[in-house]
Amino acid sequence: MMELVCPAGTPAAMRAAVEAGAHAVYCGFADETNARNFPGLNFSTEEMASGIAGAHARGAKVLVALNTFPRAGGEELWHRRLADAEAAGADAVILADMGLLAHAAEHHPRMRRHLSVQAAAANPDAINFYAEAFGVQRVVLPRVLTVDEIAAINREIDVETEVFVFGGLCVMAEGRCSLSSYATGKSPNMNGVCSPASHVAYAEEGQDLAARLGGFTIHRTPKNQPAPYPTLCKGCFSSGDQTGHVFEDPVSLDAKHLIPALAKAGVTALKIEGRQRSRAYVGEVVRTFRAAVEAVAAGRPMPEGALARLSEGQAATAGAYAKTWR
Amino acid sequence: MTDHAPTIPRLPPLLGQAMRPLPLLPLTVTLSALSRRLAKRHPGMFRRLGEHGNKRFALDPTDLPMVFLMDLRGGRVRLSAHRKAPAAEARIAGPIAAFLGMMHGAYDGDALFFSRDLVVEGDTSAVLALRNAIDDAELDLTEELADLAGPMAGFLRAAVAQAEKQSGVVLHRVDTLAGGWA
Ligand code: SF4
Repeated sequence: MMELVCPAGTPAAMRAAVEAGAHAVYCGFADETNARNFPGLNFSTEEMASGIAGAHARGAKVLVALNTFPRAGGEELWHRRLADAEAAGADAVILADMGLLAHAAEHHPRMRRHLSVQAAAANPDAINFYAEAFGVQRVVLPRVLTVDEIAAINREIDVETEVFVFGGLCVMAEGRCSLSSYATGKSPNMNGVCSPASHVAYAEEGQDLAARLGGFTIHRTPKNQPAPYPTLCKGCFSSGDQTGHVFEDPVSLDAKHLIPALAKAGVTALKIEGRQRSRAYVGEVVRTFRAAVEAVAAGRPMPEGALARLSEGQAATAGAYAKTWR
Repeated sequence: MTDHAPTIPRLPPLLGQAMRPLPLLPLTVTLSALSRRLAKRHPGMFRRLGEHGNKRFALDPTDLPMVFLMDLRGGRVRLSAHRKAPAAEARIAGPIAAFLGMMHGAYDGDALFFSRDLVVEGDTSAVLALRNAIDDAELDLTEELADLAGPMAGFLRAAVAQAEKQSGVVLHRVDTLAGGWA
């Protein structure tokens, strides 16, 4: 069966994911070592240790994301967190930075290393380099590849691949987008946040809801229409004679129906995005996807059911897996 | 499973109107007892708020004739009920069922926000921190109140179960795990 890798932004979400059938959960510490460094989220050192013990007791693995890029002169925090993850019993760490990968390979050789999507390794040469140089055993592929491209990659590499199947979409090759820093001074790679809530303001203006990021209006939504979060790349902009979602629509990914094709393409693990979401969301999405991977493994048809109401913009897309770019 | 937004029950306007003349004092007394209890039993929830743990949150159930204030300034938790919107760093508004359903693990906060059942104003970071902290605390309002009710707990639980059935409002935690985790 394909491995289902599920988000846990809090210990409660971790419990919800495991009880709902997650084979593995991924989570991070409550600091800048983690690309989901949001207010009220993440794990203290003690919560990480007890969470991992609880997950292991129920047969689930825990992957610890240390997937930001250490600041020059600040590496010590990332190194300490690697040691904390190993001491807590993590089954693997998810890393993006080459220096941190090298440090982990040297000082924590027994802990599995996964390559984060933030590293944006999107071709066999890059992946093979990470595997040879740092002993990476799994790579999380960026959300820019088609199923055929994933199959082509898998034919030329020896490490496992993990792909996103559900949740918020980051449309760039991750790790290379600094859009958010132009409006807020903060970006995923440096601060673990994209379009951070600290720079978001909503205002009811007449019948409309205006969503601003760093003072720029990103969306204006009429009454009774779904209101997306003002993520910069999903904003409504004017460019030349075009006004609209110039980069990407405010929709999220749902590739459930592509699971059989992804299995055929040689993918090992399926990842659900959403460490910033509630335990209600995590429980519902994980249950749905666990039923789907079981059906695929048993050769049964995919169970029906849609999760669109949980999605941003309340609409879903198959993303780049079957994408035509603008 | 459905692809439609969950219909968040709204209390009938008549009920709201009928509650308007009721004094707020008994409610505020219960809320103070509840806030002391939450602070004692769920310290992790307040720790999780981090830098936002000294702010005021106005919780505005739009189908009730009152606004609740959660005041965390000075390292204390104070809950109170008000007729008019009190000053606060952040305001969250929506049907009372949305607040209770979110707190009890039945609804996802982001989904309620995308569907505009919930509206946020002011300090968005503080609201996110509060939502995440409450979600992690796995609260059960009925059980917290039942513990406060002493010998009346049985009656309270039965009344709540009835109210829940009649109104569709989620009044207890829905995802209680068998045995729980250590
Ligand atoms: S702006 Fe969009 S593409 Fe860039 S990091 Fe944020 S979500 Fe990803």
